[in-house]
Amino acid sequence: MMILKTDKVGKKYLNKWALSNVDISLEQGKIIGLLGPNGSGKTTFLKLVIGMIRPSSGSVTVCGMEIGYKAKEMISFLPDSEFLYNWMTIREAGDTYAAFFKDFDMARFNELLQFMALTPDMKFKGLSKGMKEKLAIALTLSRNARLIVLDEPLNGVDPVAREQILGAIVKSFSHESTILVTSHLINEVENILDEAYFLKEGKIVLHGSTDDLRSERNKSLDELYREVFAC
Amino acid sequence: MIKFNESSPIYLQIVEKIKADIVAGKLKGGHKLPSVRDVAESFRVNPNTVQRVFMELEREGVAYPQRGIGTFISEEAGLVEKLRDTQAQKYTGRYVAQMQELGMGKDEILENVRKVLEGNENDDTQD
Repeated sequence: MMILKTDKVGKKYLNKWALSNVDISLEQGKIIGLLGPNGSGKTTFLKLVIGMIRPSSGSVTVCGMEIGYKAKEMISFLPDSEFLYNWMTIREAGDTYAAFFKDFDMARFNELLQFMALTPDMKFKGLSKGMKEKLAIALTLSRNARLIVLDEPLNGVDPVAREQILGAIVKSFSHESTILVTSHLINEVENILDEAYFLKEGKIVLHGSTDDLRSERNKSLDELYREVFAC
Repeated sequence: MIKFNESSPIYLQIVEKIKADIVAGKLKGGHKLPSVRDVAESFRVNPNTVQRVFMELEREGVAYPQRGIGTFISEEAGLVEKLRDTQAQKYTGRYVAQMQELGMGKDEILENVRKVLEGNENDDTQD
């Protein structure tokens, strides 16, 4: 079962192609990395997937459906900016999600909070940047969505919080869904990835299973990344 | 938590770690291995990778699955001795290959091993 499939998808801004001819197929039950430096088109790609923008060419389907109301229900997206109110407590944030999304799993949310050392009584206003990120991750991972999209989940958080976030991702993994993670912190994410796509200047330049990429070239993903994006 | 090295597949590195635990006696024949999910969480790796670890251990006869219960370390007689032998050979092979890369001959390699071992002993007595 293909969770996400794009066929020669492209996005043009004025006369510049931010993405061109991107073919990506994500199978069910995998964790997949979309890796590339700032400005390589990662976020543009994610915006196409969640239906925030429309492709200039090609097509995107989620579980075989064109992006629309039905397909969007199957996607849980981690926004990269703050989206909760300051007066809210963590518990209220969970309640809000539960009210919005039918597939929200409150038991899993509480388990993830505990795992990442957050307590439901904390007010959003008083949280550090790392704690806010962990809360956002917990909310996103607690939906039983078919496709979970995490945009730079490790940005701006300290090493301990990074470990907790990676642990939370592994904990929430299910064979029913697929997790798509973007990052430029390759070293940190490579151990949790089944497959990786390298995106350079809007094009996929390398794709493969992480184990194959490592053993064929005798290099870690991090080293490969430096090689592909140097120059 | 183990630090994974750069270039070999992660599943093989976890396989080695489990074999090392068997040789060291931390895991014994008949012991149940933690679930795929628990291993994945503790190593912070992909659950599919851990699935591959278990498959590899089963293929090599180091572990066996029990439907619906879990995966167990094999109770086969001589397993520990066999692993002790193969793992020791593997580790030593790596070391020797590295020394040969430096152009060291047989005597020099043996000499260096002796030096390090004796150095360790001296450290122990000082503590």
